[in-house]
Amino acid sequence: MKAIRWAVGLVILGALGYLNFFVFRAPLLVRLINVSLFSALFVLYRVVRGPSSADRIMAVDILGVLIIGMLALIGRFYKQGFFMDIALIWALLSFVASLAFAKILEGRRIDD
Amino acid sequence: MIRQVAGTIFIFIGIGFDFLGVLGLVRLPDVYNRLQAATKCVTFGTAGLLLGVFILEGFTSFGFKALLGIAFVFLSSPVAAHAISRAAHRGRIPLAPETVVDMYRADQDAKS
Repeated sequence: MKAIRWAVGLVILGALGYLNFFVFRAPLLVRLINVSLFSALFVLYRVVRGPSSADRIMAVDILGVLIIGMLALIGRFYKQGFFMDIALIWALLSFVASLAFAKILEGRRIDD
Repeated sequence: MIRQVAGTIFIFIGIGFDFLGVLGLVRLPDVYNRLQAATKCVTFGTAGLLLGVFILEGFTSFGFKALLGIAFVFLSSPVAAHAISRAAHRGRIPLAPETVVDMYRADQDAKS
């Protein structure tokens, strides 16, 4: 059972890396954005599967940090400045949301 | 030329750390282990990525927003991670079965 899971994971990772870096024809920055999107896919696996609620909160927090980097790359690719504004606002909202969810998880009230 | 090479190297380091941190988020057995791997690697990865974008862009508004994003991620992400782990430990989310000792729980039980 463990060998089957290792094989499936290695095949998925190898297929993603091969298709991204050897088959897909695009500028280098687009391929790096694709790697970041794969990482977001793995984080979403943890959000859906996670055994406890702390896993889900943590995974959403990490997803916010990933999206900040991805938005910086996208703004670099399209040569537009406003993507970085979106990234900063996303960072602020993600921080406040994870703090509030941590308080709820601990069992205290919001206005404590 | 040297700016292009240095910025691209920093972006590659950031993407690599992002991917390794997310892999740890999928693979590790416990909330606390996952929090450790994900927070360290994603914070360093995203900070490196934004530093690479700043080196590529130079002293424009986009680059300064990237620096501001580095400062904000460095300030906010450890605080959120500490709050989530403390809430998970207070909320009695179980540790991994391989855990040897948990002195914080013993202290709390002795105090109450």
